[in-house]
Amino acid sequence: MYRYDEYDQAIVDARVDEFRDQVARRLSGQLTEDQFKPLRLMNGLYLQLHAYMLRVAVPYGTLDSRQMRMLGHIARTYDRGYGHFTTRQNIQFNWIKLDDTPDILAELATTQMHAIQTSGNCIRNISSDQYAGAAADEVADPRPWAELIRQWSTFHPEFSYLPRKFKIAVIAADEDRAAMRLHDIGIQLVRQDGVLGARIFVGGGMGRTPMIASLIRDFVTADDLMSYLEAALRVYNRYGRRDNIYKARIKILLHEIGADEYRRQVEEEFSLVKQLGIDPPAAELARITAFFAPPAFDADAPDTVDRSDPDFAVWLDQNVAAHKQPGYAIVNISLKPIGGIPGDASADQIDLMADLAERYGFDELRVTHAQNIVLPHVRKADLHAIWQALSGAGLAEANLDLISDIIACPGLDYCALANARSIPVAQKIQARFADRGRQRELGELKLKISGCINACGHHHAGHIGILGVDRKGTENYQLLLGGSGAEDVSLGKITGPGFDEDGVVDAIERVTDRYLAERVEGERFLDTYRRVGFAPFKEAIYG
Amino acid sequence: MADPDMTSVAAEPQLRFRDDEPHDEPAVTLDAFLAGQSNATAVRLEAGDDARALIDHLDRIALVEVSFPTFRDGRGYSAASILREAGYHGELRAAGDVLVDQLPLMRRCGFDSFVPEAEIDAATLRRSLDRYDLRYQTAADAAVPVWKRRHG
Repeated sequence: MYRYDEYDQAIVDARVDEFRDQVARRLSGQLTEDQFKPLRLMNGLYLQLHAYMLRVAVPYGTLDSRQMRMLGHIARTYDRGYGHFTTRQNIQFNWIKLDDTPDILAELATTQMHAIQTSGNCIRNISSDQYAGAAADEVADPRPWAELIRQWSTFHPEFSYLPRKFKIAVIAADEDRAAMRLHDIGIQLVRQDGVLGARIFVGGGMGRTPMIASLIRDFVTADDLMSYLEAALRVYNRYGRRDNIYKARIKILLHEIGADEYRRQVEEEFSLVKQLGIDPPAAELARITAFFAPPAFDADAPDTVDRSDPDFAVWLDQNVAAHKQPGYAIVNISLKPIGGIPGDASADQIDLMADLAERYGFDELRVTHAQNIVLPHVRKADLHAIWQALSGAGLAEANLDLISDIIACPGLDYCALANARSIPVAQKIQARFADRGRQRELGELKLKISGCINACGHHHAGHIGILGVDRKGTENYQLLLGGSGAEDVSLGKITGPGFDEDGVVDAIERVTDRYLAERVEGERFLDTYRRVGFAPFKEAIYG
Repeated sequence: MADPDMTSVAAEPQLRFRDDEPHDEPAVTLDAFLAGQSNATAVRLEAGDDARALIDHLDRIALVEVSFPTFRDGRGYSAASILREAGYHGELRAAGDVLVDQLPLMRRCGFDSFVPEAEIDAATLRRSLDRYDLRYQTAADAAVPVWKRRHG
């Protein structure tokens, strides 16, 4: 994985110094809260309902054991002993004191970590495929391109006060494991005549106006990538709406002027920007790519696994994915134990995952947008030992992509923007479907919960989505069906009138019962829904 | 009576990073400039104005003032970048809600004088401008991007 050189380190260290200065000016009253807010936000520091929340960047979701242990240390020392992994592949600490933040950032910097641009109206942390470098279906590892974009976007002088936040994802496989087309810019690496390049999608997003990104450029080579992105961002910075915060994302600009007109403007800008010499040379991408060389796999690693332990076999079938290297596998560690808080991990669990990565996994971990952790490169021969260690720490729930593997935002338990709680609803759904056999019978079913219209819990992209709203002072939950954040991307449709907390759990059960009655062999819930349509489910829910 | 197209006489810039004499001619609006007062040598761009409209006239302009109605409105950063990329060498002034923490970014986009609404603390500004000596990107300033340092 990428390692800082003296330049990267100096920039992150300078940022710590800058933020220490900003916090001191805020504490002394030199800065008003209104002036401090965009400064702290650009460093991932939010003021929530009960305390400050600090969001730490995990660039493209990749980290090593030392960095993971640092997250455990922060959780233990400055928070209440746990952290919350997010849908942007980052981690949030929910109980932070403002005057501790400069020290936290200084500690993070010692392990090449930071909170730069994890919030604010700027280019956010770049997200990517959690199986990068391990999946057989990728045309290349997408992370060198993501790192190139990370560096270009860090403290970009022109794009630090955009109309609204800006999210970029980079993938390199046809299977989309990163919800690429629900980003402001989604990049898919492809090969044309042997040359690696980027397909550029623009204008996706969730929030109150969900949209799927449009294909804007079929192919951009690495030589032109920065110029092209600079042009794409400049058109947005100049013409994105600033009169209404809810219409300020780039998707609204695309919607209003049309994808063709946006493309034309970007091409015109690109032809000018390309003359400026802002693209790094090929040697820079080569330098970065060298950091992502495959680990030293053992060519003789046995390719068979002893499945005689039935509980282990269940976990193996559900949470372990195929690796491109014979004898190796990809382990998904579920952070969704029944009755837990989706995405939360204790400091001890974080340390244990770091230990496992160090001992069995070439020192590498990934955070997924579904709020789980991945060990991308483990020997099949070590799977049983890993499973046993995870079992002892409450981390062996065999529910990847099942109904209990719920994405949920922090909701009204933490978030100042929320209208309704998300976590208790997730827990009630997990309790209702606690029977593991029943979950497996239902198969792949991605359930996603947001506690407000901002859609941090990706409810639009859930096979089943739940949106918490405030209805005359009480929490009310709307149900959506048929969304997907994967390569078969689609937006869910609201079923009708909302429910209270228990009512929405009942409604989900009526939906899953109907699915079991309607499905034909081999169909996932989403396939059945797409085949039979909305009506049978609506009837099942409302009678 | 004041010409309605004329903005108020430009305030003396609080901060100036140029060696030439400050330009004291009042700035005209972009519309006025384009509509025939093109003997004017100073233009004020509102946040929504298209800086590219000036590109054919840059050799006759000595001052462009770019308005920042609120510090959150970042359109002026693009306006400045566009003018510098087009070869404008005259004074480029940021006026309005300009905060000390934004000055390093504005300097990188090519602004070289500032009329902030609220006075900027000199010590904070010095720390702010001296803090970063490494930059990842090429911009309108003279900074050598890190990739060039790495590869010569």
